[in-house]
Amino acid sequence: MTTPRPTGGLPPSPYASDGSSANLADILERVLDKGVVIAGDIKINLLDIELLTIKLRLVVASVDRAKEMGIDWWESDPALSSRARGSELARENAELQRRIAELEGRTA
Amino acid sequence: MSTDRLRYVYAVTRPFDGVLPEGAHGIDGEPPHLLRHGDLVAVTGAVPAGEFDEAPLRARLEDLDWLAATARAHDAVVAALSTVTCPLPLRLATVCRDDSGVRRLLEDGHDRFVRALARLDGRVEWGVKVYAEPGAAEEAEPAAPEPGASGRDYLRRRLNARRSREGDWQRADALSRRLHGELSRHAEAGTVHRPQDTRLSNAPGVNVLNAAYLVDRARSPEFVQLVEAVSEPGVRVELTGPWAPYSFAGIADEAPREAAR
Repeated sequence: MTTPRPTGGLPPSPYASDGSSANLADILERVLDKGVVIAGDIKINLLDIELLTIKLRLVVASVDRAKEMGIDWWESDPALSSRARGSELARENAELQRRIAELEGRTA
Repeated sequence: MSTDRLRYVYAVTRPFDGVLPEGAHGIDGEPPHLLRHGDLVAVTGAVPAGEFDEAPLRARLEDLDWLAATARAHDAVVAALSTVTCPLPLRLATVCRDDSGVRRLLEDGHDRFVRALARLDGRVEWGVKVYAEPGAAEEAEPAAPEPGASGRDYLRRRLNARRSREGDWQRADALSRRLHGELSRHAEAGTVHRPQDTRLSNAPGVNVLNAAYLVDRARSPEFVQLVEAVSEPGVRVELTGPWAPYSFAGIADEAPREAAR
């Protein structure tokens, strides 16, 4: 869907001139969470607490999706994942043992 | 309730001349409908009750694909409107039973809408985000000690990488404060949102400032230049917009006096 984002040609807008390229997080943040809240005929007055749960679920959903796409760097980054921190220790340990063996082999 | 169609309301505007640009399709794929009531116009579209009645809506909101498509359609209509007038965007999923419900909505909220429209007239919203990018430092950090390098070298490299990462954080933080102060002075209003979760935004780096500014459309080029002039190593500044003034739509609920600054 082409979004006529440039408003009246002023200012020239290279940013998000195509709505579909706008960051989903940006759009959700505005459309879901900002804007005027009205209690309509139907009680669909999205409350902040509900939105929060939706957002949390969204994050989870997007994490799963990212993994499907093979994006899982946070799992192997020791700064972000305790599991990765453990595996890094194991890796370092193995590396050290290898080097010790190598050194021992040299001195023998 | 003789029908299975509900009225979705995208935005409220003043009556305007001109037509919506082509491509302004709503959730149902049809061009939105303008419903005038007194000195206000509601921009509406028909949506199926099977999706937008209270119970099904609740379930749908949990569906990321549905939510993304609906949010984009909502924003597409609001963005199209903002090329011809100044819309007051409503929140996602503001739904009425029928046209008379929409009229009631305009009637009940009349004063509030008029106040907000007066304050937002001729203004657009710009989004400014600052990211710390510790990635630069991490690249310098070797994944494994190179053969031949001493353990001391390895530890030193790790320490340096950590220090420079902390430096990135500090720079990003200082820049955010400075930038927010400066941009607020050039904007009619500014507000700071929660930083975005990288996992949802897919943006590289860590979001340390997520702000929105209400700027006079005519003064936007200056504002954009201010943002674009900012540069600092290890820190990325991102500008989005112009948006319809979503983040300031509740502005009429604030004290109207201080607004007249």
